[in-house]
Amino acid sequence: MNINDLRRRNFLKTSIGAAAVAIAPGFLLFDIAHGKAQAVSGKVRWGMLIDTAQCQEGCNDCVTACNKENGLSGGTSATDSQWIRKVEIKDISSGRKVSLPMMCQHCEHPPCVDVCPTNASFKRADGIVLVDRHRCIGCRYCMMACPYKARSFVHEPLTDQNPDVPRGKGTVESCTLCVHRIDKGQQPACAESCTNKAILFGDLNNPDSEIAKKIRSVASVQVRASLGLNTGVRYQGL
Amino acid sequence: MKLFASLLLCLCIPVALAAEVTGPKLDIGKGGQCVEDTQWMRKNHPHLLNHQRDETVRKGVRDTKHSLKGCIECHASTQDNSVTARKDSFCVGCHSYEAVKIDCFECHSDKRQSAWVQRNAK
Amino acid sequence: MSGHSPLYLKNRLYYVLLAAGGLVALAGMFAVYLMEHHGHVITGMNNQVVWGLPHVFAIFLIVAASGVLNVASIGSVFGKSIYKARAPMASLLSIAMLAGGLAVLMLDLGRPDRLVVAATNINLTSVFAWNVVLYTGMFSLIVVYLWTMMERRMNGWNKTAGLAVFAWRFILTTGTGLIFAFLTARQAYGSAILPPMFIVLSFAWGLAVFHLVQAVTYAWNERQHDPAIMERTKHLLGIFVIGSLYLVTVYHLTNLYFAQQVGFVRFILIEGGIYPTLFWLGYIVLGNLVPLGLIYWPGRKTNCVIASVLVIAGAFALLYVFIIGGQAYPLDIFPGFSASSSFGDGQIASYSPSIYELLLGLGGLAIAFILTTVGVRIFNFMPQD
Repeated sequence: MNINDLRRRNFLKTSIGAAAVAIAPGFLLFDIAHGKAQAVSGKVRWGMLIDTAQCQEGCNDCVTACNKENGLSGGTSATDSQWIRKVEIKDISSGRKVSLPMMCQHCEHPPCVDVCPTNASFKRADGIVLVDRHRCIGCRYCMMACPYKARSFVHEPLTDQNPDVPRGKGTVESCTLCVHRIDKGQQPACAESCTNKAILFGDLNNPDSEIAKKIRSVASVQVRASLGLNTGVRYQGL
Repeated sequence: MKLFASLLLCLCIPVALAAEVTGPKLDIGKGGQCVEDTQWMRKNHPHLLNHQRDETVRKGVRDTKHSLKGCIECHASTQDNSVTARKDSFCVGCHSYEAVKIDCFECHSDKRQSAWVQRNAK
Repeated sequence: MSGHSPLYLKNRLYYVLLAAGGLVALAGMFAVYLMEHHGHVITGMNNQVVWGLPHVFAIFLIVAASGVLNVASIGSVFGKSIYKARAPMASLLSIAMLAGGLAVLMLDLGRPDRLVVAATNINLTSVFAWNVVLYTGMFSLIVVYLWTMMERRMNGWNKTAGLAVFAWRFILTTGTGLIFAFLTARQAYGSAILPPMFIVLSFAWGLAVFHLVQAVTYAWNERQHDPAIMERTKHLLGIFVIGSLYLVTVYHLTNLYFAQQVGFVRFILIEGGIYPTLFWLGYIVLGNLVPLGLIYWPGRKTNCVIASVLVIAGAFALLYVFIIGGQAYPLDIFPGFSASSSFGDGQIASYSPSIYELLLGLGGLAIAFILTTVGVRIFNFMPQD
């Protein structure tokens, strides 16, 4: 073997050795025995039942509470984020009016999850549909796909976010069912703040929960039920 | 060959210079006992930030020992409650020195939670 | 020496054109910088109309990029020699327009710095994710195809490569149509006719772009076009225009049959202000009827360039109506009810494009222009009849 081949061989050996030494610490996988909480499970499915008869036109308590909890500006211009909104609807033939809050319906078969190119829009095991803002590239395809227009795009740089609710420019966001509160055993801000007790939150999979019992006994519908999405939010009185 | 050797030597100059410097001065906030030892943290905080976050966001595993909020609670400066506000703030100090841009705080609050809650409680 | 020779002037003109294209591209980059820095609030896009003018430009470029390869396919797959001679130029155009269109799409993202994330986290049910694979694959396939044409030893593989390109771009354009077809929630989209419609539109738009570029390069090289070849390709454009007009008509007609869709159709075709205007005047008249008249009026000797330009203008009009008009019409969340809210429920959304979106779209065109101009200059793409 000539001298060049020997030199090459040495060079390769040393560089591979150096690379291995550099990369090795990165493989230091750690596993914490204590302090590791459990992953959420599909045994639970979070949902809401909204009694539109209790919902009053002109009342915005749920919207205000959501804005405060999640650090939204509360503005209603075309580029402001609205995670929940009050919708006033009127039956075209009879003139009957209904007032209701509309937010992400946390579908079982969410179209937003189907169309998201990076899996940023995903459904957590317990049924909450979320946007993983680490992965969102801001393509807004999910906004096109949502049948309820539940999603908003952050059009401006944000500051002073709620430490529990990270949100930032260039990503898409929507109602998280106050996942940071649910994981602590609390209720979503809108449900807790409704003075007329129109929003009932609970575990749809637990037959003994208040919401499951009520859904079994009173008539309620899913909005745009014909799309077959099996939403987690149901409405009474529509 | 000579050119190669001289190029390598030139690269050693910044290394030599860097060896003189003691590194950036950091405002470590409350300080005290970190959840892991310093050297481990220096090596592994990117892994925590990039992988633990997926466990938390996607699976709901809220590991309080390694949560970002937990880090900020201790390490935010005691003067302005932030990890990014000043040149020597906890995250900014090293990262601007290393010229590694971090975009965590476009979304995440840089303020310690207890201070934020106090300010926004009504 | 009384002034410069025509060749000298032409060389100068080449660099001037390149500089002009570069300036437009630079302006587009500047718009991107501002959008990145200040957020999309400076554009006209909002939470109701989420895709705007940049997407009109991008989708035109991408659809035309796929369609322009038709010229090549008719040559390589179906063996028609006059088209075979034009295949290299068509391939160059395809690469150039694809690059321009993709640049616009990617730079309009809320987080374009996360392109690596997009490439490494693929959701198989998402057409956008499929497009990452389809578009990058298209680039490579076209390069291979060009190689089989330009390297004599590879000429034997031309038919196979041509077939692969043909199949791939059918899938790619179907994918572009599926982006919209999969949106079941919106009345403007969610229709199975969209993929075939996009495919035939791609034929028409691609051929129109090809005619335009071909005419310019022929004029630049002071060559005359064989009138017999002109006739053939002119008729082909006519057929494609008729085909796409047919599919667009079917799309609207079938919509009319669904009582729940009638409101939307009325909006797009009659009451929606700018949208019916653009549709009827821009697309139907300027983009279809006038070019068809120019092509088929007996005894007319047209050079097809005007017809092509009009078809392209009609394309932009149609895409504006389709993409933006489709979003402007409110979602029918509560059928049988009229709705109102702080979030635009029940209201027609308004959209006025900002200069930044126009600059971004033009920047994409400029990228395609630069790639084509440089490519035609450096390589031998002139058709050898």
